[in-house]
Amino acid sequence: MPLLEIKNLTVSFDTAAGPFMAVQGIDLSIEPREVLAIVGESGSGKSVAMLAVMGLLPNTATVRADRMAFDGVDLLKLSPSERRKIVGKDISMIFQEPIASLNPCFTVGFQIEEVLRFHLGMDRAQRRARAIELMTLVGIADPAERLNSFPHQMSGGQCQRVMIAIAIACNPKLLIADEPTTALDVTIQKQILDLLVSLQAKYGMGLIMITHNMGVVAETADRVIVQYKGRKMEEADVLSLFESPKSNYTRALLSALPENAVGDRLPTVSDMLFEPAPSAAGASA
Amino acid sequence: MSTTVLEGRNIVRDYHIGGGLFSGPRTVHAVKGVSFKVEKGKTLAIVGESGCGKSTLARIITLIDPATAGDLFIDGNKVDIARGGLTKEMRRKVQIVFQNPYGSLNPRQKIGDVLGEPLLINTDKSAAERRDLAMNMLKKVGLGHEHYNRYPHMFSGGQRQRIAIARALMLNPSLLVLDEPVSALDLSVQAQVLNLLADLQDEFQLTYVFISHDLSVVRYIADDVMVMYFGEAVEYGSRDEAFSDPKHSYTRTLFAATPRADVASIKARLAKKKAA
Repeated sequence: MPLLEIKNLTVSFDTAAGPFMAVQGIDLSIEPREVLAIVGESGSGKSVAMLAVMGLLPNTATVRADRMAFDGVDLLKLSPSERRKIVGKDISMIFQEPIASLNPCFTVGFQIEEVLRFHLGMDRAQRRARAIELMTLVGIADPAERLNSFPHQMSGGQCQRVMIAIAIACNPKLLIADEPTTALDVTIQKQILDLLVSLQAKYGMGLIMITHNMGVVAETADRVIVQYKGRKMEEADVLSLFESPKSNYTRALLSALPENAVGDRLPTVSDMLFEPAPSAAGASA
Repeated sequence: MSTTVLEGRNIVRDYHIGGGLFSGPRTVHAVKGVSFKVEKGKTLAIVGESGCGKSTLARIITLIDPATAGDLFIDGNKVDIARGGLTKEMRRKVQIVFQNPYGSLNPRQKIGDVLGEPLLINTDKSAAERRDLAMNMLKKVGLGHEHYNRYPHMFSGGQRQRIAIARALMLNPSLLVLDEPVSALDLSVQAQVLNLLADLQDEFQLTYVFISHDLSVVRYIADDVMVMYFGEAVEYGSRDEAFSDPKHSYTRTLFAATPRADVASIKARLAKKKAA
């Protein structure tokens, strides 16, 4: 049974100029212990689709799907309070800006322990012990001391480690990482990616990596979904995606990578895109 | 015969942080004696992580900040803004494009005024001449005349970066400092902006100082590469030297950390995963 199964997901936003379709009929499924990457440019609806799964979209959004099930539970039928018991515990999410997603008014220790109190009902001593364990797990030196730090006293990479600690605190079955390394330096990016992949393997989590960086995809994913303007362009395992991309859009994206440059100009996406209709590729995938 | 447009000798920049009520003053050595030389029509890439001093160096080269010590030569003339005497001629020779095209354009200024402003300040051209030059520049960076009267919020990130590049080119500078110009852009838009920069370099014989932390972009665009680490230039040489035979251990760390998107390395990773 797939861990997360989504069929024909549509998300539209009410705007002054009428409804705007951010996600148009996406199918997606992820097995336990799998690493799935969702790739696309800004505006491709990759984050919105995952926020819909988490139930974190604002009121202006309308979410429709034929099926949206996590671990056999139909997410569409859950009440908000029932959903809150799953979100943050069995499905958790890491966001792009680590410093902006932590609360500046509380110590990182408090923020890690909050999850443990809410979802697992641990007492103070248990929470402290688990928080220290988590901080050690994500590779923060001197964990007991650093629990008393505020987010502004830590670097961007350390804040992202704290975010990961919060996300894995309840041993989730599915971890969604939304551009987890975009705001970080390459050397730190490498460390965070290695950390995520090793945690995924250690605890057998499903991991969804949302990214626009083809290098990150190549380094982490088992399977890849390529999205463009709210539609799925292609779905393939990572090797065949890079070896023999099927859709024009994927080919265009790969050839726009500077390391693949031949000659002294880069081919751009608009040069190659939309010779045949793009929606056909999306529908057949 | 190539001419040297930019030369820095032992550039040092210290920031003095004044003591507070309970702490004494201290000094941050942001740039510690960096030397470099860029010839006309070439691109020097400066690579390093945040906090390594690359943006401080960019500010010194752009004549925004004075260097604490060391000599800076632009077109063979020694420049020292700490001693004053910076003429408009010098000012127009060096221009900068910033990282974030959303923050670097005034939201209340029409694009035409954005492009006309450098001319208004630095030259005594008439309004009609400024307008013509701005229109021509819009065309050069791949925008149209219809964009002249629009505001920045009506443009996408890639278009805004084109506008920022157009503004920097209004005064016909010989040196353009590009401070992470494509970091905030999507992959496909990044390719378009990099192509534009290459076209403009060919057309105007521009010299670029290209600051980036993305090694794949640097490998594509640079002639020379300087790797900075804690304010020092740990690696400086031609692109091929730096990429094929990195001397310093930090450069090697940087290369190892860059994600690789080629089929061979994916195969290697998958094989390793299967074995584990």
